[in-house]
Amino acid sequence: MNFPVIVDVTLREGIADPEGATIERALPALGFTGVTNVRAGKAFRLDVEADDETEALAKATALAQRLLSNPVIENAVARSGAR
Amino acid sequence: MTRIGVVIFPGSNCEYDAALAMTQLGVDVDFVWHSVTDLTGFDGLILPGGFAHGDYLRPGALARFSPVMEAVARFAADGGPVLGICNGFQVLTEAGLLPGALQKNRGLTFISEPVRLVVASTNSVLTRLATTGQELTIPINHFSGAYTCDDRTFDALEANDQVVLRYRDNPNGSRGDIAGVANEERNVVGLMPHPERAMSTLLGSADGQVLLAGFASAPSGRLRAGAANAAAF
Repeated sequence: MNFPVIVDVTLREGIADPEGATIERALPALGFTGVTNVRAGKAFRLDVEADDETEALAKATALAQRLLSNPVIENAVARSGAR
Repeated sequence: MTRIGVVIFPGSNCEYDAALAMTQLGVDVDFVWHSVTDLTGFDGLILPGGFAHGDYLRPGALARFSPVMEAVARFAADGGPVLGICNGFQVLTEAGLLPGALQKNRGLTFISEPVRLVVASTNSVLTRLATTGQELTIPINHFSGAYTCDDRTFDALEANDQVVLRYRDNPNGSRGDIAGVANEERNVVGLMPHPERAMSTLLGSADGQVLLAGFASAPSGRLRAGAANAAAF
């Protein structure tokens, strides 16, 4: 069966994030104060065919590390996309 | 080097500039489509600039899985000279043929301008005819050109003399002002600037000539790693 999965790709700690920094700087001007540590990333929604959710997440993790992320600068985490 | 291949991915756009530059240096050039898997007969390879596969996902992320890239990896492992320019550099890092990664520019803007480079090492197939400390004016043209890597990789690059070109005035936030790096064996080099666009003073600069002439005359075939082999370049 198909399991909905969401893969979050974020920059690794210590890797500069000019996008996140720019967003963070823009927030006070819009009245959103007290927001720090903004990090920009990507999210992917997938339907993965598998016997159970564990297998689906393992499959998604594998493809996320091979293609969706660059392990040199990014982390990828697969989680259930079921609502 | 008598015959080089310029690899074309869907979305490459600097292949004719690269081919013209190499032709002017007296090298025979053939274009190599990204589906090709046999690179027999080539003495060197160039991965040109552009936006392979639209830069979707990340620059180079999809191109690195092109059929030709396995052949490029074999060619490099056999000591063949491989040069990645701009998008080609991004493809080589994604493919693991060069260390590190290219990230979005610090200022989040696309930068297209001539920059001053300093030759940091002459121990590579690209910089072998240049002089350490030599300044070169060569254009950059990229959005994701900030070189980045972890501390261990960075220390290794410095210790092994693998940084071949640095920016004099860092335009994009590259770690260590790095504009170009070589692999440990010195036969694979990637750089963000475009030497093929700096081949004529009439068009702004001829400083790319010393780099591409070095690549054009680099020895092909199996090479050994290490500084002891520096004289071979």
